[in-house]
Formats: sequence, C-alpha cells, structure tokens
Amino acid sequence: MTDVAMTDSAGLNVNLIDDGNIPLDAQISCQPGELLALVGPSGSGKSTILRTIAGLNKPRQGVIHCNGDIWLDTDKGVDVSTRQRHVGMVFQNYALFPHLNARENIIEGLGHVASSERSGRAKELLTLVHLSGLGERKPAALSGGQQQRVAVARALARDPKVLLLDEPFSAVDQATRQRLYRELVELRQQFGMPMVLVTHDLDEATMLADRLCILRHGRTLQSGPPFDVLAKPANKEVARLVDQKNIFQGTVIGHEADMGITTISWGDFTLSASYQPDFQVGKVVDWVIPTSHVGVVFDDENVVSGVVSGIVRLGDMVTVSVTIKEASSHPLFMSVPVLEAKQRNLKAGETISVSLISEGIHLMTPLA
Amino acid sequence: MNWMALELSLKLAAWTTVLLLPIGILVGRFLAWRTFRGKVFVEAGLALPLVLPPTVLGFYMLVAFSATSPFGQFYQSLVGHSLAFSFDGLVVASVIFNLPFAIQPMQRAFEGISAEVREAAACCGMSRARILWRIELPLAWPGILSALVLTFAHTIGEFGIVLMVGGNIPGETQTIAIAIYDRVQIFDNASAGLMSVVLLLISMVAISATYLSASFVGRRHD
Repeated sequence: MTDVAMTDSAGLNVNLIDDGNIPLDAQISCQPGELLALVGPSGSGKSTILRTIAGLNKPRQGVIHCNGDIWLDTDKGVDVSTRQRHVGMVFQNYALFPHLNARENIIEGLGHVASSERSGRAKELLTLVHLSGLGERKPAALSGGQQQRVAVARALARDPKVLLLDEPFSAVDQATRQRLYRELVELRQQFGMPMVLVTHDLDEATMLADRLCILRHGRTLQSGPPFDVLAKPANKEVARLVDQKNIFQGTVIGHEADMGITTISWGDFTLSASYQPDFQVGKVVDWVIPTSHVGVVFDDENVVSGVVSGIVRLGDMVTVSVTIKEASSHPLFMSVPVLEAKQRNLKAGETISVSLISEGIHLMTPLA
Repeated sequence: MNWMALELSLKLAAWTTVLLLPIGILVGRFLAWRTFRGKVFVEAGLALPLVLPPTVLGFYMLVAFSATSPFGQFYQSLVGHSLAFSFDGLVVASVIFNLPFAIQPMQRAFEGISAEVREAAACCGMSRARILWRIELPLAWPGILSALVLTFAHTIGEFGIVLMVGGNIPGETQTIAIAIYDRVQIFDNASAGLMSVVLLLISMVAISATYLSASFVGRRHD
C-alpha cells in the first residue's frame, strides 16, 4: 500500500486498491466544504468508492481518513463500522424507511441527540429541505423530489463528517432536478463537511462540483476543477469520457514563448495551439479542441477547409461535422447557433473554411 | 365436546408458536441475508417436514426420544421423565415439524427488505438492536404474523406425528384431532362433528387473520 501521510490532513482522503469484481485503484481527496463529483460510465467503480467510504464495501487494501480519524487502514487492521463512521448517505433510490413517516425517518438519524431535542431538530431539518408541514407523510405519499429531500434531511440529521450522494438526482424529472440542484447549492452554503457526489451526468457534475474526478474501470484518471478537466483532459481516454468530440493526432513543430503558442502540424495544416512547452519538438501528440472553439471562419487563425458531412440540431445549437480529408479520417465537429447556421445556409456537401481558436487546442501525451 | 383435548391442543399450539417465534426470526433472517456453502442443503433439510409423511418423522422422533437413545437418556436424567408419550415430547416434535411453516414465511419477509434500507439504517448510526426493532421487524411483520398463524393452525390440526410421539393419553397427549379420531372409532359422530366444526372455525379465523393483516400492512405503507 502506498504510504499516504494523510492522518492529520483535514477533509476526506481515500486511497483504495482492490482486484475484486469491480477493480479499484483510486485516490481521491475532498476538502471541508468542497463538493467533489466522481464521474464515469457504468461500472467505473464510482458507487463502489462511495460505498467503501461509508463502510458498506470492503476493499482488499485501502486507507480512508476523515478529519484526522482513521476509518479504514487495512495494513493496520483498522475498519470502523458504518454506524460509527458518521457518514450521511443519500442513496440512489433514497432507501427511506417505508413504514415510518418523513419526520420519523429523520429522527432515526438523530440517535446522537438527546431524545428531548430530536423532535425539534427533525422539524428544523424538514424546514431546511422545504418540507415543513409534510412530516407526517409516509414516503409513498411523497413525490420523488420530496422523497429525495427527506433522504437529504435524514443524511444531514446525523451531523455527518462527510456527505455522500449516490446519483441523488437520477430518479426525478427534469424540472424537479433543476430545483433540487438549486437547493443543494443553497444547502452547501450552510454545511462545511466534504461532500462527494456520484453521477454519470457530466453536465450535472460540472454545474455542481468544485472538482471532478474522472474514473474508469475503478481507476482515477484525472481530478481537477470542472473546466480544467473538460478543456485540458490528461489524455485521450479522459477526453473521450468528458465527451470531447474533436480528438486528433499531430506533431509538435515548435514553441513560441513570446507569442504564447505551440505550433503543431495536422496533416497538411499547421496549427497554433495553446503554449505547452513540455512537449518536445518532433513529438507525436494527441490534441483536443472543444466544439465551442471551432467556428465558421471569423479571422485567419488556424483556418482549415473541408466538406460539411452532417448537420444535427440539438436545441438552440447545431452540431456540424466537417470532413477534412487532408488531415484526418475523423470529422471535425463544431457547434454554431441555429440562427448562424441558417444565415450561412450551411448544407451537407458544401465546402467551407473553419477556424480553430488556438487557445482551445490542448496537447496530450498519447496513451501507451 | 372434549374440552380437555381442545385445551391441550390450544396449549400445544401456543407453546409451539411461542418457541418458533424467536427460532423463525433468527433462522429466517440468517437464511435471507447470508450466503454460505451448503445453504441449499440446510434449506432443504428445514423444508423436509413439508413432504415427509408425519408418521415417518414421528417414528424417528419416537426413536430419538426413547430411553435407549442418548438424547432420550439425557432428557430423562435432566427432567426425570421420558420425552416419548409426554406433553414435552409433543412440543419438541411439534416445533420440529413446524420449522418450515415458521421459517419460510419469515425468510421471505426478511428477503423483502431491501439491502439499501438496511444500509441506510447503518448509515443513520442505528444500533443492531434498534435496526431489528425499528426497521426489520416492522417491515417483516406481515410475514412473521402469517408464519405464527400458520404454525398455530397447523399444530392444532396435526394428527400423525402427535399420535406417533404422544400416543393417546387423555389430559397429557390427547389433542382434539386425536379425540375426533377416537370418537369416530366408537361411532360417536355427533361429538366428532362438533369438534370438527370447532377446528374448522379456528382454522378459518386463523387464515382470515393472515389475509386481513397482509392487506392492513399493505395500506399502512401508503
């Protein structure tokens, strides 16, 4: 086990290794007050990590420290039980106690509070999650959104040292989800514990989290602020997982520090990219550019021409694929507003010139 | 009407039910949530009384209870009388014979409690005892209740095993089912008919109670 000196550090620190059904090789940390989103496809181990933090899953090897407390240290034989870990957990399907009403559900999380104060505290929590007046209702008599609020209140009742949210928004409709997002953001301002959110929804994670942790096959691939991870993925694997459509290969030609650019060749084209001097001249690299940084020519920056091979409208935006046969067999994608697509009369089969904003081009080391 | 036999039957059913309540909860809960090597054989063994002729089970018990068997000797040295042809023997036989009637409904009831609900209870910091008392038992209650009613009704009506293990000693081992048989043997159909009606009513009330409780619990969660 890697020796992680984290006993004294604040917040949550997790280092897990397992070769079970869902293999784990994960290192995550979450500071007090921070919301960390674990993002990855199904089977990436994100829920397993959350369950391991709660003590509901036992890894082969692992260390979990929370605010200086050791919850798990397999080398030292320490494994604190779930009920002693002081975690607040919101389950995907909420797992409310069906025979108890909302107030009683919350009271079950208040075992550490004097019994005379439990009822008052439950009332406060119901108010906090906008459910005052509904405390006597059984879960079956509550809507999905209301059930989620009871689950959040019950998790907070415990005065948890860490709040764990396992896809808490997946079982509600879109309108309710937006409202619950806002409520979570409000709640965050009142509580200072580390919060770990598991989601497969990248937009949700980007909107709510301070940091993203991208997982695949139980391995943490990259952690960082959402927009850093989205715009600067560590490698092609992460780029794909964060839904980057424009992933290509090129060769580094040179670096121009005074202009803040790195030049790369891409097929017959030479492109200016963001300045990344760590990549040696002559090195073959993967590079990525968000669809938002590609547009129908606005100036003479990184202009390439190709044939429009597809146009798909999604809401107010149109995704246009352009085949640039001199450079790549994969099309280049760009997003343009519907109005602009109409004004420019973009049609499949038409030859157009597009411009790639250099600061959007991010270089990555190719995978071995 | 043989009131003594009815009283004995009710007493036997009550003892069997009371003894099988904790056994059923412990074993049913264990089998519901644990997987272990050979589990299927344990379950099959517990279900055996469902298919084994009562006389066969009764025969083996009679052998086990006899003063020549180690178990029979041990019991006799402990209590001072033999298990065979005694009320105690009837209770032991009845408990064994009713194991599947008690355990299976309880096991299904515990299986019906989702793992997430139990995990949520642990995350709430509830003690094991509190989880059992506040979460598991209330949720499993319909299954537990129907197990108890089935056990009770089944014990009252049991014939073969009682006759094998207990014989037909009035006041000690003669239950109402045996008393009916006894009456029919001497062509006293009037008494046999009256006792049969009583058994029929008890069985009807018992089985209705399980259906009523199931529908009541179904509404309770709404």
